[in-house]
Amino acid sequence: MLTIKDLKANIDNKEILKGLNLEIKPGEVHAIMGPNGSGKSTLSNVLSGKKGYTVTGEVKYFNENLLDLEIEERAHKGIFLAFQYPLEIPGVNTNIFLKTSLNAIKKAKGEKELDAIEFLKLVKQKAGELKFDEKILSRQLNVGFSGGEKKKNEILQMSILNPKLSILDETDSGLDIDALKIVSEGVNALRSKESSFLIITHYQRLLEYIKPDFVHVLINGQIVKSGGSELALELEKKGYESLS
Amino acid sequence: MDAREKEIEKLKDYKYGFSTDIENTRAPKGLNEEVIKFISNIKKEPQWMLDWRLKAFERLKQLKEPNWQKPKYPKIDYQDLYYYSAPKSMDDKPKSLDELDPKLLETYNKLGIPLQEQARLNGIAVDAVFDSVSVATTFKGELNKKGIIFCSMSEAIREHPELVKKYLGSVIPLSDHYFATLNSAVFTDGSFVYIPEGVRCPMELSTYFRINATETGQFERTLIIADKGSYVSYLEGCTAPMRDENQLHAANVELVALDDAEIKYSTVQNWYPGDKDGKGGIYNFVTKRGLCKGKNSKISWTQVETGSAITWKYPSCILMGDNSVGEFYSIAITNNHQKADTGTKMIHLGKNTKSKIISKGISAGFADNTYRGLVDIAKKADNARNFTQCDSLLMGNKCGAHTVPYIKNKNSSSNIEHEATTSKISDEQLFYCNQRGLNQEEAVSLIVNGFCKEVLQQLPMEFAVEAQKLVGISLEGSVG
Ligand SMILES: Nc1ncnc2c1ncn2[C@@H]1O[C@H](COP(=O)(O)OP(=O)(O)OP(=O)(O)O)[C@@H](O)[C@H]1O
Ligand SMILES: [Mg+2]
Repeated sequence: MLTIKDLKANIDNKEILKGLNLEIKPGEVHAIMGPNGSGKSTLSNVLSGKKGYTVTGEVKYFNENLLDLEIEERAHKGIFLAFQYPLEIPGVNTNIFLKTSLNAIKKAKGEKELDAIEFLKLVKQKAGELKFDEKILSRQLNVGFSGGEKKKNEILQMSILNPKLSILDETDSGLDIDALKIVSEGVNALRSKESSFLIITHYQRLLEYIKPDFVHVLINGQIVKSGGSELALELEKKGYESLS
Repeated sequence: MDAREKEIEKLKDYKYGFSTDIENTRAPKGLNEEVIKFISNIKKEPQWMLDWRLKAFERLKQLKEPNWQKPKYPKIDYQDLYYYSAPKSMDDKPKSLDELDPKLLETYNKLGIPLQEQARLNGIAVDAVFDSVSVATTFKGELNKKGIIFCSMSEAIREHPELVKKYLGSVIPLSDHYFATLNSAVFTDGSFVYIPEGVRCPMELSTYFRINATETGQFERTLIIADKGSYVSYLEGCTAPMRDENQLHAANVELVALDDAEIKYSTVQNWYPGDKDGKGGIYNFVTKRGLCKGKNSKISWTQVETGSAITWKYPSCILMGDNSVGEFYSIAITNNHQKADTGTKMIHLGKNTKSKIISKGISAGFADNTYRGLVDIAKKADNARNFTQCDSLLMGNKCGAHTVPYIKNKNSSSNIEHEATTSKISDEQLFYCNQRGLNQEEAVSLIVNGFCKEVLQQLPMEFAVEAQKLVGISLEGSVG
């Protein structure tokens, strides 16, 4: 579903992604690990269309040139990014944000939008599955949320929007042990033949809960090594030094 | 689609920008005694009203146009304006809607304010003011059964002189300041409301102001009186055609609340703002003042100001009665080259009086937005309380936001709180929203509506949704 060829990205004349190749097939879970500053968040930003980068190379998403699409078009077509640092939007009620988002995507897909009652039913169910306190959803979006609550909120949105390609940028950082388990279960529940995941993490622990099909090591803007889930264990022991 | 409809289609930015081609009766151009007599005469006013106008005109000659406001404007040539313009068909006022010029009915249909019986907005009585006249007032009969008077100002002067004489100018004195005095001399139409003792007005009352004629100023005059223990919620809406000229709207609105009465006054101001380069648009120079005359009375102003080239107004409350309450909720949106200098004055005279000011200013493009407010606590106003919150939201870096709060406090038992914030919509926030499927405009609309929520919540339900949309539309094209 996603084929990345020789992807380069510059920002402020600084090259951050330096010719990255990656292929993700439907139903696969790929994990990306790599040292701080190696370009992991940059990759997720470029894939979701964030402005400000000069991008070259090719990214095919199904049969389209992903790089030609606007941010929201990518979202409409099933790309979801769980942010490393979810944004706070004062004044905007979390439920309303979620509903607006879901309906914008439904509308773009030509599906029937949900009314308030249908939406609340859906949210209740999904929040329940993630053991996420519903009360928090009537608060302003991410304002005053704890670090873990913000991350959970991202996963809640993911499970409501039901994307085809979910990019999780360090969603596990900041989650307590129980939350990590619940979030992982949430991800696993979404796994299907059609939906794929790109999971960015620093910790092998997450990958015990979400078994990846592939693990890639991203160093200095390039994927330097790929392997199965055993690669994560190896990295945990030896660190990145041996690879760079 | 005919040619005219196509033209309307083009007016996407400002969908109320069409004009109605209609034959007008006008006063001769210029500001003088003859013109004032013309206005008074065509409205079949009694002598006392004409005398009052002429007195105002005498005072006006001694007053100077103020110049302390932030938005400056080119000198207005008051002799080069029409002070009265009305559809010719209104010369001998039609008695019923059936007799109303179909062009007028069509105009209001297009504006989304159908006047015909079958199509009327549910539960909302409308007074439709077109240039210098009220062309129709709906639900009058039903309101009358409860003793409520809801009619045009002109009609009130003829039919209810005792009330008009007693209250007109009682809140905004004849020679208050330049524009208010100008209005007192040449005012044309507006609405009159009287709610009798103990009556809760069963529906929303509203006035829809439409400027149509060229080179014409609109000088609306509105007076609302809530007698003891009564309640009324009133809303005004305003639109005007797209024109290259600047047109002056100088209204006076007076509210009087007696013991235990409450008046809720909401404005959705969407006068033509001018084009992207700042050409044309309405000068909205308005004097609005409410008097909480009785004890335990309450006046609440809510304004959503999205239109006009310049908005310059301070809807205020004089808290005379003990325990009276004044509130001001404001959203002022300025985009492109629009300018606003708006806020409120809360004058605490009575004991235990309370006021609350919530102001949300949003600036985009090259616009400039000033909140200016006064909290004045008199010597005898024991235990007066005020809470003020002024928030500004900036979009881009070419616009401006200013907060100018004045405080005069002569009583040490009072309590005044002031909070102010300035924030910006960040690219990161927009990216986050876009990533969740919202396009740029939907994202801005969502964020801005969130920012204004506390004020939007104050609007009557029927108008809140419209106002929310308007907030989004006003900022279209301001990012990206
Ligand atoms: N606007 C910018 N201007 C200059 N450098 C930038 C800019 N944005 C990111 N960078 C740099 O690009 C590099 C890659 O950043 P990125 O956020 O992708 O790293 P990461 O792999 O996600 O790191 P971490 O594990 O710490 O989250 C970093 O060195 C960062 O400082
Ligand atoms: Mg990162």
